[in-house]
Amino acid sequence: MIPAGFDYVRPSSVEDAVAALAGGGEDAKVLGGGQSFLPLLRLRMAYPSLLVDVGRIAEMRGIRDDGDALVIGAMTTHHQVLTDALVGEHTGLLAAATATVADPAVRHRGTFGGSLAHADPAGDLPAVALAYGVQLVVAGPGGRRTIDTADFFVDYLQSSMAPDEVLVEVRVPKLGAGWGFHYEKFQRTAQAWALVGVAALVKRSNGTIEEARVGLTNMGSTPVRAAATEAALAGANATAEAVAAAAAHAAEGTSPTSDLHAAADYREHLARVLTRRAVGAAAGI
Amino acid sequence: MTRIGITVDGVRTEDDVEPRLLLVHYLRERLGRVGTPIGCDTSNCGACTVLMDGVSVKSCAVLTVQADGSEITTIQGLAAGGEWHPVQQAFHEEHGLQCGYCTPGMVLAAVDLLANNPDPSEQEIREGLEGNLCRCTGYQNIVKAVQSAARQMQEAGQ
Amino acid sequence: MTDTIEAGAKAVGAPLRRKEDAHLLTGQTSWTDNLQLPGMLHMAMLRSPMAHAKVTRVDGSAALARPGVVAVYTGADLGSVSIPCVWPVTPDMVAPAYPIVATDEVRYAGDVVAVVVADSNAHAVDALEAVDVEYEPLPAVVDMEAALADGSPLVHADKGTNKCYYWEFTGGDYAAAAAKAEVIVKRRFIQQRLIPTAMEPRSVVCSPMGASGEITLWSATQVPHIVRVLLALSTGIPEQQIRVIAPDVGGGFGSKLEFYREEAIAALVAGRLGRPVKWTESRSEGYVSTIHGRDQIQDIEAAALRDGTLLGIKADIKADMGAYLQIITPGTPLLGAFMYNGIYKMEGYHFGATGVFTTKTPTDAYRGAGRPEATFALERIMDELAAELGMEPLELREKNWIKHEEFPYTTIAGLEYDSGNYEAATARAKELFDYDGLRREQQERRDRNDPVQLGIGISTFTEMCGLAPSRILSALNYVAGGWEQATVRVLPTGKVEVVTGSSPHGQGHVTAWSQIAADALGVPFEDIQVIHGDTRSSPNGMDTYGSRSLAVGGIAVLRAAERVVDKARLIAAHQLECDPGDLEFTGGTFRVKGTPGAETTIQAVAFEAFTAHNLPDGVEPTLMADSTVDPDTFSYPHGTHLCAVEVDTETGATRIRNYTCVDDIGNVVNPMIVEGQVHGGLAQGIAQALFEEAVYDESGNLVTGTMVDYLVPSAADLPWFTTDRTVTPATTNPLGVKGVGEAGAIASTPAVVNAVVDALRPLGVTDVQMPCSPHRVWRAIQTANGGAA
Repeated sequence: MIPAGFDYVRPSSVEDAVAALAGGGEDAKVLGGGQSFLPLLRLRMAYPSLLVDVGRIAEMRGIRDDGDALVIGAMTTHHQVLTDALVGEHTGLLAAATATVADPAVRHRGTFGGSLAHADPAGDLPAVALAYGVQLVVAGPGGRRTIDTADFFVDYLQSSMAPDEVLVEVRVPKLGAGWGFHYEKFQRTAQAWALVGVAALVKRSNGTIEEARVGLTNMGSTPVRAAATEAALAGANATAEAVAAAAAHAAEGTSPTSDLHAAADYREHLARVLTRRAVGAAAGI
Repeated sequence: MTRIGITVDGVRTEDDVEPRLLLVHYLRERLGRVGTPIGCDTSNCGACTVLMDGVSVKSCAVLTVQADGSEITTIQGLAAGGEWHPVQQAFHEEHGLQCGYCTPGMVLAAVDLLANNPDPSEQEIREGLEGNLCRCTGYQNIVKAVQSAARQMQEAGQ
Repeated sequence: MTDTIEAGAKAVGAPLRRKEDAHLLTGQTSWTDNLQLPGMLHMAMLRSPMAHAKVTRVDGSAALARPGVVAVYTGADLGSVSIPCVWPVTPDMVAPAYPIVATDEVRYAGDVVAVVVADSNAHAVDALEAVDVEYEPLPAVVDMEAALADGSPLVHADKGTNKCYYWEFTGGDYAAAAAKAEVIVKRRFIQQRLIPTAMEPRSVVCSPMGASGEITLWSATQVPHIVRVLLALSTGIPEQQIRVIAPDVGGGFGSKLEFYREEAIAALVAGRLGRPVKWTESRSEGYVSTIHGRDQIQDIEAAALRDGTLLGIKADIKADMGAYLQIITPGTPLLGAFMYNGIYKMEGYHFGATGVFTTKTPTDAYRGAGRPEATFALERIMDELAAELGMEPLELREKNWIKHEEFPYTTIAGLEYDSGNYEAATARAKELFDYDGLRREQQERRDRNDPVQLGIGISTFTEMCGLAPSRILSALNYVAGGWEQATVRVLPTGKVEVVTGSSPHGQGHVTAWSQIAADALGVPFEDIQVIHGDTRSSPNGMDTYGSRSLAVGGIAVLRAAERVVDKARLIAAHQLECDPGDLEFTGGTFRVKGTPGAETTIQAVAFEAFTAHNLPDGVEPTLMADSTVDPDTFSYPHGTHLCAVEVDTETGATRIRNYTCVDDIGNVVNPMIVEGQVHGGLAQGIAQALFEEAVYDESGNLVTGTMVDYLVPSAADLPWFTTDRTVTPATTNPLGVKGVGEAGAIASTPAVVNAVVDALRPLGVTDVQMPCSPHRVWRAIQTANGGAA
């Protein structure tokens, strides 16, 4: 299929992109790598009037060390994230989850920022971002602002960014020593979206779990934290039994959908099992 | 219309294109490079995979305007000076194709895979090709072809 | 890049690399969609978004005003032409007209209501949105059993029923067998609807610009010869003016064994406009417009004695036709009618099939067509019977199968199996699989309540293929034959052309036919060109499907080549001044027995036949011959497939740990190609078992309408296959070949599902509906546990 017609601009700065978006009216959309958006255009499930291609804005690409955080440009591709030494060293969970996103060709075009801005709860990276507690820097007509991940994912395919805002970069905190991580993705085929995914970050000291952060993929209209599990893990013994007991609460507060591939109660069950496995792996148990 | 310039299989062209024109349609319909086929409309199948600035992309999921300034290698440009790429040769030797429709994309995905990982395990090959669907071979001979190409490329490199 | 073989070596049986590969590997392809003809227009189909509705108005005027649009056609323009069904399985079969553009009613989501023709594909697609259509919704008919119930809404109101036909076949006396039985096991199995998904989408180009009124139709089809006949019959275009070309075709698996509305539309529109037209489906369009496969409800029972002696099989199936009959829609389930007994001996056999209309995309032949369904139900119930009897499932099979010394054997379904050796294939498979070792591991996992259980699945299958003897097809009310034709020409320079009526789309016929001709003629493999897929250059053929090409078309090549040698012998004898009977022919050379040096080659004879200066009396110039082969009977490949799966009982995930198969397809022409065919068949059969399912919602919309939701497995989802062969040559053809195209797809599905159920049987699970998704497996475990269902 062929997309319906649209206008196209390719600004070279964030400011120009914001201006173009503002001038393009309500059907103007930002085009990143396009790996989620182009299939929607081809199936004529989207009819933008204007696409503002931010793919060549230098400021929005690349990864830099900013002390207590890595700053990842929104247009940094999954492939760049996956192969970046800083990411591997400081934010291993992000690298591990990014490796499971789509396939190599899609990872060459698809971007970290695009995945977050798309706000698909079935995407792998929103849950990871939530677990890290990243901060998202967005630019709009009124200047730039920073949004906490906890406030970013509002609803299905909907973030708290205004339609005239552009996601510029993402600050991923370095968690420091003692943290283990694991992304557990459960899917029907390698190409399929995750039925459920669990992003686990666990800080262990000696025989106890000091802190755990657990993000869940596809367990509701937005990515969610398994808050009850996190609470149960804080200060718990680093044992399989304690992890299993905590993971039994993983589906609390979630509201997964029933669809073609899984019913809601099955998703809740999977969340419990996969959380046990993810936390166990992250804690080295 | 948007002005673009693209180098395809070593030949530079400039054109005015509609922004909605997909790269694969540009290759096939404007340039007549019909060796790159289209197998789906959701970027699942990978039949249209080409190399863009040296890395694999699905040319149905790239707008031509996004490819402005890039260098594209299609299956028709892979054989340098008429000599088959080791991956093409290995697909022939190992019977890694039947109907051949997925083959252009599969070969280019394999070229990209070996560029990133010259000595992949069977599992790494399978995961590296997960974005390319084949309905004929059951993939086993494709895996064998990539293993064989890896060996030959390593030997040639030494 | 063509393999060569040493002089004197046999080509048949050698794993020669394929001649087909070079152009496919370098992008020098001729897919139909690649064609760009001067002045060519593009067609887009406006398809019904509703499963069932009255069409009260179609207005194309606004679309006609859109940029680049040349014409808009509706049912009023084209709806008088219908797609014919060529398999009226019973005299009273309900066969509604299938207009190529809907006239007053649409009956499935995807039915065509208008055709837009424009100067580019983009313009044609853009203008679809401007066609004004008014629908009055009618109730969808989605479920087969509901469709058969009294008071159901009707798909075709004027027919008064949703039943298409009932067809029955019996052998022996099932009722008597059941009366004698000590155990009767009954099961219902669901063959989910599948989407064939050949990698090349369908495409058609038609040019009216040919010599003397000829139209040329290029189509991504398996059956150019059948398309030509049916295009002539349905549109009235004189057959002699139609040329159909199947250029490079990217897979079919039955989905291109069709005559489709878009082919007829292309021919008619090209004729009306006097310009070439093209239509290529997008994948999501193809998912509603190209035939689907399977979709049956199977009620099967097995009657047996407590000692495991099988007495009879009774199978009653309901088969979903979809909204209309494509060319062999009603006959497809009947291809399994003689196969629910498989390789087993029994006293009574009953098969009944009810065809049912629903408001869904028509079904038709998909890889195996009828035989996978039969094999699945039989091999599944053999496992259930074994469980009921407490017998080892392989022992139950061995107790009942036809022993190798009993061939030829006439089965309860009346087929004469010419040859086979189930013991040999099974023994080899068990050895390669480490059957006993895996059974031990299975027990260990069971004993320790391992959350990951191991299951072992068996499928000892046979199939009837080499479709088909024309007389048998006649007895089944199929309106065409099952022969195949070949012509072999030795050109003046000694090179060879083989013309075949088979129409390959990935099977490697160019290579295999070259091997057969090379040996028969004694000419180099690389000197042979194989011509196919064009009704002008290969005028007679029945095309490629049903594992028939080698067992029918390949034999035609052999026979034609032998006739060439017979003629060459007369010419050679004349040249060498001897009696034809005094010549021996080996490696392409005729030698006078007992006279060293008195010899000539077939190439030299070909030149003599070309100049015609010195031919024996009564021998015509040129060295060529043809042969049309109509087989006497089917061929019966068989094999033993063993599958071990690990099932994670916590998540329901299934992983294939070991897949081993030993197939006996008789002699082979090219073992490399054969192995590739097996691999591909396994992948499709496993995909049915674990991944793929076309799902409709209650309103009759296809929910799995793109590749995002219809899960075609990738390399990462499939295991390494261990394959081997035993060889029991067919006795019914001179090559001793049986056919391999469908074997993997037929055998593998029950092997996988049997393995999944075997893994879970200690948990109380006795069936998992396909595809055995993690969700279904988990749910089956919960239900067996008495937990929430």
